[in-house]
Amino acid sequence: MSANTSPAIELRGASKTFRTPSGGLHTAVRDLDLTVGRGEFVAVVGPTGCGKSTTLTLVSGLEEPTQGEVSVAGEPVRGVGDKVGFVFQQDATFPWRTVLSNVMAGPRFRGVPKAEAKRRARAWLDRVGLAAFEDRYPHQLSGGQRKRVALAATFVNDPEILLMDEPFSALDVQTRALMSDELLELWEGTGASVVFVTHDLEEAIALADRVVVMTAGPATVKQDFRIDLPRPRKVESVRLEPRFIEIYREIWESLGEEVRITRERGAAHVA
Amino acid sequence: MSPEAITTPVVDTAKTPPDRAYSRARAARRRKVLITAARVLVLVAVLGLWELLSRSGTIDPFNFSMPSKIWDQIVTWVTHGTALGSLGEQIWYTLYEALLGWVAGVLAGVVLGIALGRIAFLADILGPYIKVLNSIPRIVLAPIFVIWFGLGPASKVASAVVLVFFPVFFNAFQGAREVDRNLVANARVLGASDRRVTLQVVIPSATSWIFTSLHVSFGFALIGAIVGEYIGATKGIGLLVAQSQGTFNAAGVYAAMVILAVVALVAEGLLTFAERRIFRWKPSGSEN
Ligand SMILES: Nc1ncnc2c1ncn2[C@@H]1O[C@H](COP(=O)(O)OP(=O)(O)OP(=O)(O)O)[C@@H](O)[C@H]1O
Ligand SMILES: [Mg+2]
Repeated sequence: MSANTSPAIELRGASKTFRTPSGGLHTAVRDLDLTVGRGEFVAVVGPTGCGKSTTLTLVSGLEEPTQGEVSVAGEPVRGVGDKVGFVFQQDATFPWRTVLSNVMAGPRFRGVPKAEAKRRARAWLDRVGLAAFEDRYPHQLSGGQRKRVALAATFVNDPEILLMDEPFSALDVQTRALMSDELLELWEGTGASVVFVTHDLEEAIALADRVVVMTAGPATVKQDFRIDLPRPRKVESVRLEPRFIEIYREIWESLGEEVRITRERGAAHVA
Repeated sequence: MSPEAITTPVVDTAKTPPDRAYSRARAARRRKVLITAARVLVLVAVLGLWELLSRSGTIDPFNFSMPSKIWDQIVTWVTHGTALGSLGEQIWYTLYEALLGWVAGVLAGVVLGIALGRIAFLADILGPYIKVLNSIPRIVLAPIFVIWFGLGPASKVASAVVLVFFPVFFNAFQGAREVDRNLVANARVLGASDRRVTLQVVIPSATSWIFTSLHVSFGFALIGAIVGEYIGATKGIGLLVAQSQGTFNAAGVYAAMVILAVVALVAEGLLTFAERRIFRWKPSGSEN
C-alpha cells in the first residue's frame, strides 16, 4: 500500500563525494533534498558542473550516495533497478550494433522474445523518424540521429521513472520541438515520472510541472518553482504566453545568480 | 524544350566530378603498378645478387646455398616428397599443431584476460604470478615439453600454447579494462545482468584489442610448433629443417623457411579477411 502513496523519487540529505586523480576529494552533490511525485515532470536547471548528472546517477543506482538516502517508489535504491530509464548526456549507443539492434537491446536484456522486441523497436524507430535507418551502424548516423536512437532505446523499455540528461541538446530546433511534444505525449500516456536536466530554461518551463534550480556546485536545491501553465501543452505555442514569460523572468533571476557565481569561480581558478 | 534546358546544365556539372574521379583513379592505379614493379625489382635484385655471389664463390655456396638450388629443392619436395613422406603431410602436421596450440592459447588468453579485466579481485590475486610467468623466456620450455609429452604433436601444441597465451591475455585484459564506462552504464540501466554486460558489451569492445594480438600470436604458434619439431618429432617442417641441417643441406633449410613463410602469409590473409567481416561496424575503411 505504502508503495503506491510514496513519491516516485526521494532524495534525503544525499551527498556524493568523488576522489579526484590527484588524491583530493571533490563534493559534487551536498545535502540534497528532492522529491518527485508520481507522474510528475520535474526539470532541473543549474550552472554547468554543479552536479546535475551526478544527481541522476544517484537516482539510477549506478552510483551510491556517500551520505543520505535515495529511494525510488518508496524502496531505497540498491543498485540498478528495472523501473528506471536513463538517457545519458554522452553518446551511449553500442557502436557494434545496428540501429535496430541498439533499440532492441533493452527488451532483449530484459528477456523479451526476439520477434516482440523487434516489433517494439521498429515502432519506436518510426516515432523518432529513423525507420529508414534501422540497419545502419551508429558511426553512419549524425549526432542528432544517434541521440534519437538513444531516446528510442530508452523509451522502448516503458520506464516508470525517466531520467533525462540534456537529451535534446544535440538536436536541431525542429526535431527538438517535435521530440519535446512526443515526450509530453508519451509522458501523459504512461504516467511516468520524469527528471529532465537541461540548460535551456525555456525548454524546462515548457515541459515541466516543476523547475528546480540548483546552486553552483556542490549541488543543492536552491529554489523550486511550480509551473502552472495549463496542459496539454505544445512547446512552440506555450512559449508565447504572457504567463510563460513571467515565469521565465522569475526563474532566470534565481538561476542567473548561480551561473554568475560559477563563472566567477572559473575565472578565479584561471587567475 | 524546357526539360532540355534544365538537363543540359545538370549533365554539364555532373560531368566534371566523374572526370576528376576518373583521373584520380587512374593516378592511383598507376601508383599501384609502379609500387608493384619496384617490389618485384627489389626481390629480383636480392635473389640475383645472392645467386651471383654464390655462383662466383664470393660467399660459400655450401653454407649460403643459392636461390636456384632452393627452388630445385622445393620442386623436388613437391614432386617426389621429402625423406619423411610427402611435403603436404609435413605442412599439414605443422599447421595442425600450430592451429591447435593457437586456438587453445587464444581461448585461454581471452577467457582469462576478460575475467581478470572484469573481476578486480581475481586480477589482484593472479596479477603478480602472470607477470612472473611472462618474464620467463618461454621458448626454453619447448625441450621440457618434449620430455613431458613425447615426440608426438602434444609437446608442440604445448609450446605453441605458452607462446600464444600471453600476448592474447594481455590484450584481452587491457581491452576489458578500457571499455567505455558509459556503454557499461547504459547496458546496466537498460537491464543487462553482469553476465550480459560481459558478453555483449565488454567482449565486443575488446575485440579490436584481441584481434591485434591474434595477428602476432599466430606467428608465435608457428614458432612454437617449429621449435618443438626441431627439438624432437616424427613429422613436420621443423623436423625437415633439422634433418636438412643434419645432412648439410643448406638449400633444404632455406626451402623449409620459404614454405613456412608462405603458410604464415596465407594464415595472416585469412585472419585479415575474418577481421574485415567482424568489424563492419567500425568507422574506418572504405566500405559504403
Ligand atoms: N567520476 C568523477 N570523479 C571526480 N569528479 C567528478 C566525477 N564525476 C563528476 N565529477 C565532478 O563533479 C562535478 C559535477 O559533475 P556533473 O557531471 O554532475 O555536472 P553537471 O551539473 O551535470 O554539469 P553539466 O551541466 O556541464 O553536464 C563536476 O565538478 C565534476 O568535475
Ligand atoms: Mg551533466
